[in-house]
Amino acid sequence: MAGTGPVARLVTDAGEGPRRRKGSIVFVAWRDLRHARGRFVLIGSVVALITLLVGFLAGLTGGLAAQDVSAVLALPGDRLVLQQPSDGKPSFSESTIDATTTSDWRAASGVEDVTPVGIVQGRVSAPGGDATAVALFGVPGDAPGSTVADLSPGSDDSVGLSAGAADELGVSVGDEVTVTGTTYRVAVVGGDAWYSHTPVVALSSKAWADADRRLGGDGEATLLAVSGTPDWDAVAERTHTSAAPPWASLTALETFTSEVGSLGLMIVMLFGVSALVVGAFFTVWTLQRTGDIAVLKALGASTRSLRRDALGQALVVLVAGTGVGIALVSGLGALAGGVLPFLLSPLTTALPAVVTIVLGLAGAAVALRTVTTADPLTALGSNR
Amino acid sequence: MITLDDVTLTFPDGAARVTAVDRVSLSAPAGVVTGVTGPSGSGKSSLLAVAATLVRPDAGHVWVGDVDVTTLTRDEATALRRDEIGIVFQQSALLPSLTAREQLLVMAELDGGRDGGRGSGGARRGTARRRRQEVRSRADDLLDAVGLSQGADRRPAQLSGGQRQRVALARALVHAPSVLLVDEPTSALDQERGAEIMDLVARLTHDRGTATLLVTHDLVHREALDRLVTVVDGRVTGVDEGAAVRDGQLAAR
Repeated sequence: MAGTGPVARLVTDAGEGPRRRKGSIVFVAWRDLRHARGRFVLIGSVVALITLLVGFLAGLTGGLAAQDVSAVLALPGDRLVLQQPSDGKPSFSESTIDATTTSDWRAASGVEDVTPVGIVQGRVSAPGGDATAVALFGVPGDAPGSTVADLSPGSDDSVGLSAGAADELGVSVGDEVTVTGTTYRVAVVGGDAWYSHTPVVALSSKAWADADRRLGGDGEATLLAVSGTPDWDAVAERTHTSAAPPWASLTALETFTSEVGSLGLMIVMLFGVSALVVGAFFTVWTLQRTGDIAVLKALGASTRSLRRDALGQALVVLVAGTGVGIALVSGLGALAGGVLPFLLSPLTTALPAVVTIVLGLAGAAVALRTVTTADPLTALGSNR
Repeated sequence: MITLDDVTLTFPDGAARVTAVDRVSLSAPAGVVTGVTGPSGSGKSSLLAVAATLVRPDAGHVWVGDVDVTTLTRDEATALRRDEIGIVFQQSALLPSLTAREQLLVMAELDGGRDGGRGSGGARRGTARRRRQEVRSRADDLLDAVGLSQGADRRPAQLSGGQRQRVALARALVHAPSVLLVDEPTSALDQERGAEIMDLVARLTHDRGTATLLVTHDLVHREALDRLVTVVDGRVTGVDEGAAVRDGQLAAR
């Protein structure tokens, strides 16, 4: 490169590596947003709508999942032990743990506590009321504290009701309820616990075994809630059981995998749609701006700054749109929570919003090709 | 000064190549309006594109000051345009979302508010700030100079064709370039507005000492040009130095 004057200095420095200066990186983009307000409000509204759909679906999925498995996740113990069939996967509905297996686990080195838990679907009715489908949980009175264990009534002639069961039956402590033909006194009304979309009613281990037999079962526990640090795999193999953390055991619940699988797929598809829609919006928008981009390049705008400008614009619209979407999800979710299983948490609001923004930016990044390929030469002699 | 030295530019046309600029050598001295005229398709705009570093010639050299711009990378050429070249497009080419004043301020933001200076990040930031301040202060002066201080907050759609072209002229000068390239500035204007723009170009060129190369297809406003280069079929066929240049009044600038 020739020359040493001021021009030469500027030219020499132009090819330096990435610089950290932020500056006014969205000078044109911000003014475009203000100028074409209606257009960007429209794009933002679509983003908000997608966030609302994803958030609402995530909330419903979370709510349904909670109604399906919250009692399983609220069991005591580090791992849940289920019967391992000779072929296939363990299943809550098929598992039975006999006394020998329970003893083997209790005797295993490193095991600190073993709580046999019985689970069976049944019906409960209050005097003068209709029968309600519930999940009968048999939990020993000395089980370590947990939401489900705390429902344990402590005697064989009484029951503990989860809040949902008490609410559906319209009973409180001291009232009587009939479980599979036998009358029990309500000793406890505790926290919220659901299993397979039915509220939990807890009985003592003996009362649960009796109820199970009346329902056609063998009165043996469904699973063991085990605490400690044994060699899980070795003990499980020896006792023909499986031992998995509570969250990993959920796949043994057929309704959970089918529900969450279907709804999760819908959420994933919505995320895909959001990336496509936002990408399409910004591609069309950027194509419409090709002439302006060519002029800016001709005037000396670097492609890097134009890309940053375009992405900054997309980010502003995405953040605003998802913000409105989250607000709608929170408001509607709070209202829907009274009549629908709906889980309102960062998992069902913030996470979908963040994913929408990231995927939206990925979609908008596709539009950057127009920024890169716009030819500044077209700015000359064109009838813009 | 900007100098084209034996420049040739060809474009593909099917399997063949068409010569748009054929071994052209010319200079546009500082403080002088050098007009380039010729019939349609004579290569005027191609000449301007080469001078603007928007296209690299097949042969020859283009000097801006003491820099041979034909040796620059694309990024370096972009930086050169940002700092040393002002361009006025045929149809003003203003950005629809920016006010007249913002059309000028954007010139300080073309690299995201960065600056090409050497040194630490802090030093570069300081230089970028200064650059922004300089552009800001010059913007008001220039809008005043082109008679648009009252319309500074209007967007292009709220301006007349002549006003838009005046904003474009102010934008091309706001970063104090050494070279001003003007492409058919009067093509979309009536004769009166066209004369105003040409007078403005001449006045600002003389006042600011820019090397101005102005392409025009008609010579209605010939009096605003200090020199006139005629191009036919991509070749320079004549150079009229003009009285002021001949007398040394302008060349001395």
